[in-house]
Amino acid sequence: MFLKKLILGGLTALFFSSSLFAADCGPNGQSIRILASDFPAIHAIANSAESNCAGSASEFTRNHTTEARQIMNAAQTPDPAEYTSVIVANSTLVQLMNDGLVRPLNDLVEKYGGNLKSNQLITIDGKIMAIAFMANSQHMYYRTDILDKAGVDGMPATYDEIISAAEKIRSAGIMEHPLVMNLKVGWNVGEVFNTIYLAHGGEFFKQGSAEASINNAKGIAALETMKALVEYAHPDHLTQASDDTQGLWEAGQAAIGFMWGSRGGVILDNEGSSAEVTSNTVLSAAPTVTGGSIPGATLWWDGITIATNVSDSEAEATFAALVSGMTSEMVAANNDDAIWLIDGFKPGPAAAGVSATAQGGAKSYPMFAQMGLLHNALGAELVDFLKGAESAEQALSDVEAVYETAAKDAGYL
Amino acid sequence: MKHSTFLLFTLPSLSVMFLFIAIPIVSVFIQSLHIEHKQVIIVSENCDPFGCETTTSVDTEASAKLKEKAPLGKFNGFKTYSNRMHFAFDEIGEAWNSSDSFIDFLKKIYNYPLYRALSFTLAYTFVVTPFVLFLGFLVALGVNNLPKLLKGPTIFASLLPMIVTPLVGSLILFWMVDGDGVIGATLQKIFNDNSLSLKASPVLTWVMLMVYGIWHLMPFSFIVFYAGLQTVPHETIEAATIDGASKFQRTRHVVIPHLMPLAIFITLILLMDNFRVFEPIISFRAEAHATSISWLIWNHLRESAYPLYNAAGATSMITIFCVGILLLPVLIRTWRDFNEKNKG
Repeated sequence: MFLKKLILGGLTALFFSSSLFAADCGPNGQSIRILASDFPAIHAIANSAESNCAGSASEFTRNHTTEARQIMNAAQTPDPAEYTSVIVANSTLVQLMNDGLVRPLNDLVEKYGGNLKSNQLITIDGKIMAIAFMANSQHMYYRTDILDKAGVDGMPATYDEIISAAEKIRSAGIMEHPLVMNLKVGWNVGEVFNTIYLAHGGEFFKQGSAEASINNAKGIAALETMKALVEYAHPDHLTQASDDTQGLWEAGQAAIGFMWGSRGGVILDNEGSSAEVTSNTVLSAAPTVTGGSIPGATLWWDGITIATNVSDSEAEATFAALVSGMTSEMVAANNDDAIWLIDGFKPGPAAAGVSATAQGGAKSYPMFAQMGLLHNALGAELVDFLKGAESAEQALSDVEAVYETAAKDAGYL
Repeated sequence: MKHSTFLLFTLPSLSVMFLFIAIPIVSVFIQSLHIEHKQVIIVSENCDPFGCETTTSVDTEASAKLKEKAPLGKFNGFKTYSNRMHFAFDEIGEAWNSSDSFIDFLKKIYNYPLYRALSFTLAYTFVVTPFVLFLGFLVALGVNNLPKLLKGPTIFASLLPMIVTPLVGSLILFWMVDGDGVIGATLQKIFNDNSLSLKASPVLTWVMLMVYGIWHLMPFSFIVFYAGLQTVPHETIEAATIDGASKFQRTRHVVIPHLMPLAIFITLILLMDNFRVFEPIISFRAEAHATSISWLIWNHLRESAYPLYNAAGATSMITIFCVGILLLPVLIRTWRDFNEKNKG
């Protein structure tokens, strides 16, 4: 009996003490429901929010899924919405805003956002729509030992240098397919085109209209570059996305990679690969075109949003909980999981690629309301060109035609 | 049976069919005639950690007002059916005029999603169906001749491809045919070609999908034929044996005619099933080389940011139409047989 009381007393004391030191969690007894993608940095933020504020909330649930993008609009449309917060990135914020499913955060930032930095605030016409916590972009990965062995001087910085380095590796008989890129049919292959097209200085739409304008000299040049790169990519490249390319890299089957920055930490850690691979892997900026200055990448941020269709007190509690997770202690504990935009981040080798790409002046992923439709069309229609079944002009005119049909149906044209 | 009794008996099933099949089809059809309202787009200044840029966004309030007035969207008639995503009438006319040969014309048509999907779907249907029918029959004959002790385990093993969920089954195969997988690596070794890839070649992808389809569906025709074999009358077989018919002749002239109605039933089901081929394309990530009608519908709805309900609806109606055409010969035959029997 005595023992039981002691344990009970101890537990109560523990409970009170933890809630005493807890961060400001906003209104008590609210339900906090989060939908998010599934990678370590997002888990870090959500974990920290949960340990701070789950005690004062009536309910704290999290749904981490890589398919978040596909379900978020359906989940957030009813009133009340399924989730009080969706953790988004550039393109998914647009996706939610197109349906009016996120609320402006200006008043909440004023109340709870004391420790936020101004560059974390994502504003659209002055309204804060999201709070970013990490940055991401594609960039180059190199195996320095293999480059040395093939006689490549320094690290390639342009597409042409990458292609000639790949050729050297191939002709030296080291690897037949030294290059890995995420070229899976659909979103991934479209995104690779976006990056190369931006490096060529391309614009996606005619100024101030939703009319696509990619069938031009820059678009063709971008496609030719893409084709030249694909020559050196794994034969199965049209089925490969991030998990597959990361796997090839960790298995030591590639020497030049164009992959996401968020994979850096995972590739460089001592799990899933050999010391030979990890110790010789160097992350560097995305390539430019020869004589150009814009790195071929799209910059991304990940951030929190608050749903429109939930009660104000639920919104407040959710915001307070998530912001309470964005501390320098959380960053210190998870430093290598992401390129944090939060104070206390110490950039390590895993952050080198994204930092260099951002400093080089790469563009953000375009936030046009109709961008997703063009991206889909690119993902579907460029494949015939990459397979060698049609010309670059034909592929680009197909993309524009597909986009136009879809955009008309969806009401953007 | 009196007509009124018959009607009473079938009423529950008829009303369920009406509620859950007929009404949804009508609603999908109506949806396919409408497109989204014009989105009210505003130019806006967008700032993120990397700087500010001018982009566009949707004026959700103005757009919501339009939606409230007419929730179905803007009436578009049959334009969705004739646009580039579906029958592409304008584009095909143009292709016809600008092609110098019929092959060139076919190549141009293949560029349009519906025709591309149709060509794989039809090829798949017409290759897989006869193979499944024939191989299933052979397996059923084989199992029927096994000693009793072995029958049970063999039947179970033969049913496995069907028991394994299509998604899982094809995913396992997808890994096996990978360049680093068992099958893929063996093939590379046999042909001494390190860049041989089943996933990179359009022809091999089609073959792979069809082989998978045959493997997956064979148990269905096997088990139906096997059940049918148990009903072959012993007397007829014995009589044929006494008349000096060989084993092949007995199968050809006694067993096959007896199983014919079953074969028609299996063909009907297989045609319908194969025309809706979908899962293997997803698991094999074969979209680059092979798309099907069902895949198109899924693809129209896949992007939750911009679901194209009209396009998906139109493709669904086209699917129903095509299945109807496909089944017509078999249905006509059944109807004729039925009439003949009634006369006799």
